[in-house]
Amino acid sequence: MGVALARAAQWTSAGSGTGTLEITPLNKALLNQIIQFVEDFSTKHPQEAAFVFREPLEWKTQLDSSVFGEGYEINEAAVQSQAKGKDGQPLLILSASTLRVRSFDQLSRLLRIAMGKKLKEAQACLEANRDPLVKILGPEYETVEGEDMSILQLFDKVKKESDLETELKIKIILLLHQLDLQLLNSSLKQISQDVRLNPAAVNNEVNFLKNFSGQGEDTVLESLDYTSDYMFSNGCRAPPWRQVRGEICYLVVKPHDTDPLCITCSTAGVFLNGVTIITDNEGEDIDYERKSDLYKDIVTFLREISPRFVENIAKQVCIYWYLVYFFVQMFIGRNCIVNLAERLCSLLKITFYYSFVTIWNWRFCLFLFSKASSSPEDVGESSSETDEDEQPVRRLEGNTDLSPEYWGIQKLAKYVKGGDPTATVIALCSMRDFNLSEETCQLAIKDTGCLEVLINLLDTEEIKCQTGSLKILKEISQNVLIRHAIADFGGLEIMVKILDSPDTNLKCLAAETIANVARFKRARKTVRQHGGIKRLVELLESISVGSSYQAKDSETARCAALALWSCSKSTKNKKAIRKAGGIPLLARWLKCSHTNILIPIVGTLQECASEPSYRLAIRTEGMIENLVKNLSSEHEELQMLCASAIFKCAEDEEIRDLVRKHEGLQPLSVLLDNSENKQLLAAVTGAIWKCAISRENVLKFQEYKTVETLVTLLTNQPEEVLINVIGALGECCQEEENRGTIRRCGGIAPIVELLTATNQALLVNVNKAVGGCAMDPENMLIIDSLDGVRLLWSLLKNPNPDVQASAAWALCPCVENAKNSGEMVRSLVGGLELIVNLLKSKDKEVLTSVCAAIANIAKDQENLAVMTDHGVVPLLSKLTNTNNNKLRRHLAEAIAHCCMWGNNRVAFGETKGVAPLARYLKSKDPLVHRATALALYQLSEDPNNCVIMHENGVVKLLLAMVGSTDDTLQEAAAGCISNIRRLALATEKAKYG
Amino acid sequence: MSRKGGKLLLDSLTRSAKHFTKSEVECLVKLFDTLVAKASSQFAGAGFDRTVFRDTLYHAFGMTDDVVLDRVFSTFDKDNTGCITVVEWVEGLAVLLRGTLEEKMKYCFAVYDLNGDGYISKEEMFQMLKHSLLIQPADEEPDEGVKDLVEIALKKMDYDHDGKLSFTDFEQAVRDENLLLEAFGPCLPDIKSSMSFEQKIFREVPK
Repeated sequence: MGVALARAAQWTSAGSGTGTLEITPLNKALLNQIIQFVEDFSTKHPQEAAFVFREPLEWKTQLDSSVFGEGYEINEAAVQSQAKGKDGQPLLILSASTLRVRSFDQLSRLLRIAMGKKLKEAQACLEANRDPLVKILGPEYETVEGEDMSILQLFDKVKKESDLETELKIKIILLLHQLDLQLLNSSLKQISQDVRLNPAAVNNEVNFLKNFSGQGEDTVLESLDYTSDYMFSNGCRAPPWRQVRGEICYLVVKPHDTDPLCITCSTAGVFLNGVTIITDNEGEDIDYERKSDLYKDIVTFLREISPRFVENIAKQVCIYWYLVYFFVQMFIGRNCIVNLAERLCSLLKITFYYSFVTIWNWRFCLFLFSKASSSPEDVGESSSETDEDEQPVRRLEGNTDLSPEYWGIQKLAKYVKGGDPTATVIALCSMRDFNLSEETCQLAIKDTGCLEVLINLLDTEEIKCQTGSLKILKEISQNVLIRHAIADFGGLEIMVKILDSPDTNLKCLAAETIANVARFKRARKTVRQHGGIKRLVELLESISVGSSYQAKDSETARCAALALWSCSKSTKNKKAIRKAGGIPLLARWLKCSHTNILIPIVGTLQECASEPSYRLAIRTEGMIENLVKNLSSEHEELQMLCASAIFKCAEDEEIRDLVRKHEGLQPLSVLLDNSENKQLLAAVTGAIWKCAISRENVLKFQEYKTVETLVTLLTNQPEEVLINVIGALGECCQEEENRGTIRRCGGIAPIVELLTATNQALLVNVNKAVGGCAMDPENMLIIDSLDGVRLLWSLLKNPNPDVQASAAWALCPCVENAKNSGEMVRSLVGGLELIVNLLKSKDKEVLTSVCAAIANIAKDQENLAVMTDHGVVPLLSKLTNTNNNKLRRHLAEAIAHCCMWGNNRVAFGETKGVAPLARYLKSKDPLVHRATALALYQLSEDPNNCVIMHENGVVKLLLAMVGSTDDTLQEAAAGCISNIRRLALATEKAKYG
Repeated sequence: MSRKGGKLLLDSLTRSAKHFTKSEVECLVKLFDTLVAKASSQFAGAGFDRTVFRDTLYHAFGMTDDVVLDRVFSTFDKDNTGCITVVEWVEGLAVLLRGTLEEKMKYCFAVYDLNGDGYISKEEMFQMLKHSLLIQPADEEPDEGVKDLVEIALKKMDYDHDGKLSFTDFEQAVRDENLLLEAFGPCLPDIKSSMSFEQKIFREVPK
């Protein structure tokens, strides 16, 4: 009871003496439990209830004599109990509203009498007697922090002299401890419901963590400090104006494994704030913005941030709890666990604090325990790679029946484990008779512990055992779980070592197994870090490729290439392969004619082709020729890989030209006919798409009637095919002839239909294709009839900026070529507002495309009026301060067209859009000059703008442009100059005339 | 041995043991001569006995299994005189060091066929495998594990299911799984020791 009252109960003003218990739900719950305990005491423990307290519990009561009845002697306001102690004194005395009680019996009777005032009485009693134990049993039983020896003392006493009183005392003390524990538990529940932090809790937590912090390996943190030493009277350290937001204090934390962090503790929880820690402590301004999620306390927060913290705190806490558990088991039993925990903590030099800390630590320890047993996997490696990574998932979970395979494998495992090399080899060979491609067998090998032995065998000198083991590992590593287990047991490191073995067969097996295992990131990293990439590349080299190479050599190369293929999915490995000199070797093997070698070689190449350095090498080493040649291979997988390699390489213009020169476009077109193999189709259409970026290639494709075939592939295809088909059509549309072809083949409708797709990569391509088609007025008719413009327009609402931009670009030709385009645009409710608001986007491409669209839309006066109402002028003016030439060009165009309404010209001047525009004339891009000159010409109709332009020195620049060969530019420049000149003349006239 | 006789011998050996060049044969003969000299001259310089043979193989190839070594001796000693002659020596080593798979299969089968009856019986397997279990399962009879192992081997290799291994069985098993060539104990030098042996002996090839 003492402990719980001291710590759990929420006392006001923590001064000593007579604090008062706050009326909080927690305190109420505690009091009710105590009342329950005392009321039942006399019936449950009659003997103990009769025990007379050393001193009476004394408090001011609100009860008066009238409530006392039978068993009491009532004398006006004074009341005495009839029951008397050994000394003849009554056990209950009430005089002048002071109540003195000396036994549990009387206490429980009193509470029953008190009825509705129970709670008040109990509260008053406890407030007046902060440590009831002292009164009840004597001062030696005081609830002392850290050093409570009472029970041990009593035990000693009992051993020496077993009198009734000591025995009673022991029973009472045990009962009270039990109550204590109960109270603590229930308050624990209360507290854990209440996540809100308070200054005391934060302070305790900080002090607690400080005890475990400092330099050294095993500490949980390097340092932990308040940002301010000054503490306000309410315990907060945050400045008052932040306190109103519930912030308590700020901490600078230096974990072992990250940079120093600055965190905010607030009543809502703990979070990372935006302070950058500056070493010289100057100019350190706390940025109060929340930069992380909210955590319920500092420890939870640190767990998320620092893996080392988790590791070390688990260590510390383990020691601590082990000791606690040990002592409790030894001596007393569960009910004294709290006292013991304290004692042990003082042993461990942990300072414990009043109020919450005990409970808090309980919570914390339990919490950590539950976490400590979870796997360390979630710490994870950080890698920049974005490719999807496999996760081991056990599928047969719950299937507890052991298969006959399991027993068979277990029997053989015995010989593998306990036999000499001869017996091991027999057992290994015999194990291969099981169907190792079946998951039951694979898992049986793992579950019997055989897998570990197989890996250990690799580390021996026995080539036969190594071979036998690898033959099995190669098979079972098809299984995800096994792959991860092999990596966990350190199998990859050993296999990489085996790549140096003199035995060719063994090397091949090791490489093949690596190829299987290295399907996930961590494994690939391991292979690289142990020099595996270099060795694998060397295996490619070990032979002379020519007409007379041997079967063994090509087998080695095949296995090495397989492993490299798996490894090349990691960016760093691609680099490692290049550094190890792999590219010329890949090029050399690419010339051979064996499909089984070509597949992993091309596989590696197409994987690596995502890197510009490889694309360069593929071009310079003349690999395109071979890739093209193998497009006509018999083997579909090889065709697919070659197409995929071309797909990735054809980002580069030179490669697109090379593909054409090596006559690769025709086989690609031919492969479109094989529409059953979707993977192949996706790769081929991808290659066509990228190749079609070059105009000469499009002409070739026209020759091969590729566009017609592509149109047939617009329906009933998986997304990855569709993206490429549409992409290819979009590129082909740049040629006028193809726009007609698409229409004639009935391609417009399916393309427009795809505007309702959801895949963003697909939408970008669809937009582009629609835009391309819309350049043909006849196509535009169809698009309009299919409501394509509305669909495009609604894609402006797509969250992806790429989709927005491509939709806006596509709208330009639509608006330009549609009949009654002004009416059409107006019919889209809210459409103009939507597009004007996109000028607030942060994406450059979106801005550029929207400017282009606005320039087209503004050609219609009515629409321009609506856009003006939506504030297009200030938004355009705001954008003028840009260095991006493409944006400048379209922005100037938009401004030029938007001048045509009302006093927009004036408005551009007022919103400071003219001066930056004037500077565009200094740009090096002639297209920017043209658009800018047009805009300036329009703006110069307003005298104030002329003044600004003149001030910005446009006249000289425009004069130079008057001499341009571009007629439009010439005219606009001249017009602008004449406007400025006229104004000057008029001014002079006004002055002097 | 006369100079001319020596030359004739070399020629015939180079022909019979076709995996060696003439100079390599010469080196092997030289080694043979040293071994004979080391051995007690029981066979009047014509050859050496089992002990020397065992010693040599042990030192050269690290082969230790006595049962197997005895059998290797017997396979070398084709005429069964207890004495390895120079011809037997060179021809034997030709198989050991450079034999084709066929030759090695024949050799291994001969080694494992302890009584030379053309079959490897269960008893013979037991004899050869009886020391192969380093950890005896505690709950079983000492020989039980080995007997099981023999059954496993037989199941794996006995293609005609007659309870013993004929050469055909053995050949087929080895062709399916090369690792089974030395199924009943190491009787061929491993790649490392044979490489170092060749290096050591053939290094002093007279040019």
